Order: sequence, then structure tokens, then C-alpha cells
Amino acid sequence: MAFNLKNKNLQKVRRHLISPRLDEFFSGVYRLYKFILEFFKQLFRPPFEMQEVARQCYEVGYRSLPLISLTGFIIGIVFTKQSRPSLQEFGASSWLPSLISIAVIRALAPLVTALIAAGKVGSNIGAELGSMKVTEQIDAMEVSATNPYKFLVVTRVLATTLMLPVLMMYTALVAMMGSYLNVHANELTSLRSFLDSGFSTISFLDIFSSIFKTMIFGFTIGIAGCYQGFNATQGTQGVGRAANAAVVASMFMIFVEEMIIVQIVNAIR
Amino acid sequence: MKRRIHIADKTQKVISIENLEKSFGTLHVLRGVDLEVFKGENVVVLGRSGTGKSVLIKIMVGLLKPDKGMVSVLGQQVDALNNNQLRQLRLKIGFSFQNSALYDSMTVRENLAFPLVRNFKQLTRKEISTATEKVLDDVGLLHTIDQMPAELSGGQRKRVGIARTLILQPEIMLYDEPTAGLDPITSLDINSLINEVQEQYHTSSIIITHDLTCARQTGDRIAMLLDGKFLTQGTFEEVFDADDERIQSFYNYNFITADETS
Repeated sequence: MAFNLKNKNLQKVRRHLISPRLDEFFSGVYRLYKFILEFFKQLFRPPFEMQEVARQCYEVGYRSLPLISLTGFIIGIVFTKQSRPSLQEFGASSWLPSLISIAVIRALAPLVTALIAAGKVGSNIGAELGSMKVTEQIDAMEVSATNPYKFLVVTRVLATTLMLPVLMMYTALVAMMGSYLNVHANELTSLRSFLDSGFSTISFLDIFSSIFKTMIFGFTIGIAGCYQGFNATQGTQGVGRAANAAVVASMFMIFVEEMIIVQIVNAIR
Repeated sequence: MKRRIHIADKTQKVISIENLEKSFGTLHVLRGVDLEVFKGENVVVLGRSGTGKSVLIKIMVGLLKPDKGMVSVLGQQVDALNNNQLRQLRLKIGFSFQNSALYDSMTVRENLAFPLVRNFKQLTRKEISTATEKVLDDVGLLHTIDQMPAELSGGQRKRVGIARTLILQPEIMLYDEPTAGLDPITSLDINSLINEVQEQYHTSSIIITHDLTCARQTGDRIAMLLDGKFLTQGTFEEVFDADDERIQSFYNYNFITADETS
């Protein structure tokens, strides 16, 4: 009897390579890798769902504008207000436009846009695809001889990847306008001298790296949302979990990517 | 409603399943299922919830992979097909889902046009529109063409779900619990629709259900699934005239419950 029990326990242990949690983690990473690989395989294969891509671009881009506008504008004003006392101590308040434009274009606009999109767009994608998964709509697409990955995932990931840089540039513009209003109210600086001073310190590398960075953030948000939605299980609870996991995973990845890209760009600079 | 007898062509097998097994973890759902469906025949698979009825038809369209055994649909072994071959096969199979699985973000028209637009690029907009209106008219719901799925009743959703599969003119129809969640009158309408589809589109069908009224009205042959295997197959009378206690308890439960409800 004792031998049998021991034998059963051994069999249980042998079902896992390392431990149940680690095995699950690594198999999850492998599944994600396959999911991403499938995106690049399907991306260049016809049919191209251009109408659906355009619809998703509208959903991701246009529908995010109100929130992005408000956040960008407030960031511009608040950041300017908070930076002024420190610069005034050194008699360097004329450097405000340069400081703001560097901070906004290099870091704030890409990061803020990505975090807002992760919360708004990422959760939306996770919940929508999750709900389609648990109500068998994805299976229905598959049995009607349509590739659901191509129609649902490729279009959404493409939309987030293309629209995030556009949203980032818009955020930067709105934040700069907010900042200008504050600078103009306090220092009576004209718009022309604010822009001249602000953009004199910005290089092509700054703009290019921010655009590139937000494309990566957009791709991450799209993939995380689609992956979580596609793998949703257990009814409505699973849909909620998918939406939540999409936001958490994409935010975590955005910070990691930001750190890596900053290191690379600084090395190039 | 009278039961209709469909004339099956016993020389043409459209579905052939041999010794099919499927497990999910430690749960053995199918334990050696054998089934043959002939052209023009309606086969009802009866069984309690969780006995693997839906798993069986999902394997037939390649949504799930079998662990063991052979599934052949229209002469092709499903698990041996590549993606393109599977896509071609799926064009010949209509799958009506338990919850209809209509695409929430699209209108009824867009739902129906969806498989046509993607699989028949040569069709013009007008041809797609005509085909959409025709199948919707066939299921008696032409007036809902511009509505969203959320605006439809349960019975209407089922009908639109069936119409969406009919638009591809399938040779085989698979119905997953077609009357689940519907009131008795709407259920009768759906049963009639299944028979009408069979007559009009000359399909062969597998109907998964635990509703005996549906089974009696639509099935030419009943296959009783129990403990992962078919316990018996035959006409409704042959199956339920048997002395087997498990079959009798299934029969009694269904009709006693129906009597109590009425």
C-alpha cells in the first residue's frame, strides 16, 4: 500500500518538468511566442482586410482623442507649473520651453499615450475578443472558412501599431499647447519664440525614437489584448480576467520596453 | 407537428466515424464512438449534458482534434487535412451553434454576408445582397435584415444563425442543441425549420439535443450517447421501445418534465 502511494506521488511529480507554476509560465511564454509569430506569418498573406483595419484605426485613434486631449493638455500645464520654481531659482526660466519639449517628446508623450491606450484600447480588445471567444463567435468564424486570427488579431494589432505614433504626436502637440498657455500667462512669451526655443533642442533622433517607441508600445498593446482575449475561458468571469490581464501585461511590458529603448537611444546619442 | 421521413441514400456515406476517443485532462469524454451518416439523412445524437455530444461535432469540423480514431467527412479524413483543405471542407458544412454565435458588432445582413464576402471574392455586391435576402427569407426573417443581433429574440437568433450557415449552400448541417433555451412553441418552429432546410437544401444533418420532441420530429435515426459510447441506434420507436433502464429513465424524465411544465 505504502509502495503504491509512493508510486502514485512519483507519477504526479513526473507530470511536470520543473514545477507546475514554472512549467505553466514557460508554456505560456511559448504560446505567446507562437501567437506573435502567427501575426507576422498572416500579415503578408492575402486576403488583406483593409476595411476592417480602417475601422479598427478609427476605433483606436479617433475614439481615444477626447481622453488623450485632456490628459495631454493637463500634463503640459502641470509639468510647466511644477518645473518653473526650480528653474527660477537659477534664473533659468527662459529654458522652460526647451525643458518641456525635451520631456514631452522624449518621454512623456510616448509613455502617457501608451499607458492611456493600454487602459482604454487594450482592455477593450481583451474584453471584446474574450466575449467573442466565450460565446463561440470565434469558432463560428473558423467553421465558416474564415481565418479568425487574420480578421480579428492582425487588423487590431496593425491598428494599434499604426495609430499609437499618431496619437503620441497629437499628445505632444496638445501638451506643448498647454505648456505654452502657462508660459505665455507667466512669462508673456510669444508662440513663435516658445516654439523656436522648444524645438531648438529637439533632434531628428528624438522624434524618430519616440515614433519607433510608440509603434512598439502599440504592437505590445494589440498583441497583449488579442492574446488574452483569444485565450479567455470560463464565461463572463473569463472576459473580465482577459480585459484585466491585457491591461496589466501591456503596462508591464511598456515600462520594460521603455527602459530598454532609452538605454539604446542614449547609447546612440 | 407531424414527423417527416426523409429518404436517405444508403449507398452514399457522408460522415463516417470509427472508434473515436477524446479526453480533456483526466476526463474521458468519448470512449470509442462509431457513427455513419448517409446522404439525405437526419441523425439525432441524444444524451445528457456533458456526455460529449458537442465535442463530437466539433471534431467533425476540425475545431477539436481527436485523441484516437478516424473521422471522415465527405470522404476526407478531417484530422489529416491541411489548412486549405480544411477550409474547403468547412465550406460544405453548416454549423449551427447552441447560442447562435452571431457576430455582435455586425448587423444581420453583415453576419450573413460575412462568409460569402471572404470566400467568394468574385461575387458582386448585388449578388451577395440577393443571396443574403434569399436565405433570410427562407428562414422567415427578411424584416430583421438591418437589425443588430442584440435586438433579436432567442428564436430569431437561432434562425439567423441557421441562415448564416445556409448561405454557403452546405451539404451537411450540424445543429448543436437547436432548441436549447427556447419556449415549446418556438422549439416547434425550429424543428420545422430543420426539416424544411433538409428538404429545400437536400442536406444531411446531425442534430445534437437532449430534447426528445426535437429528436422525434427531426430525426430519421436516433443515436443514444451514454458514457462516451453510443448505447443504441435506430428509429425513435426502436430506441425507446428498448427495455434498457437508462434509456427509459431518459425518456421518462423528458416527458414527465414536459407534462409537469404544461
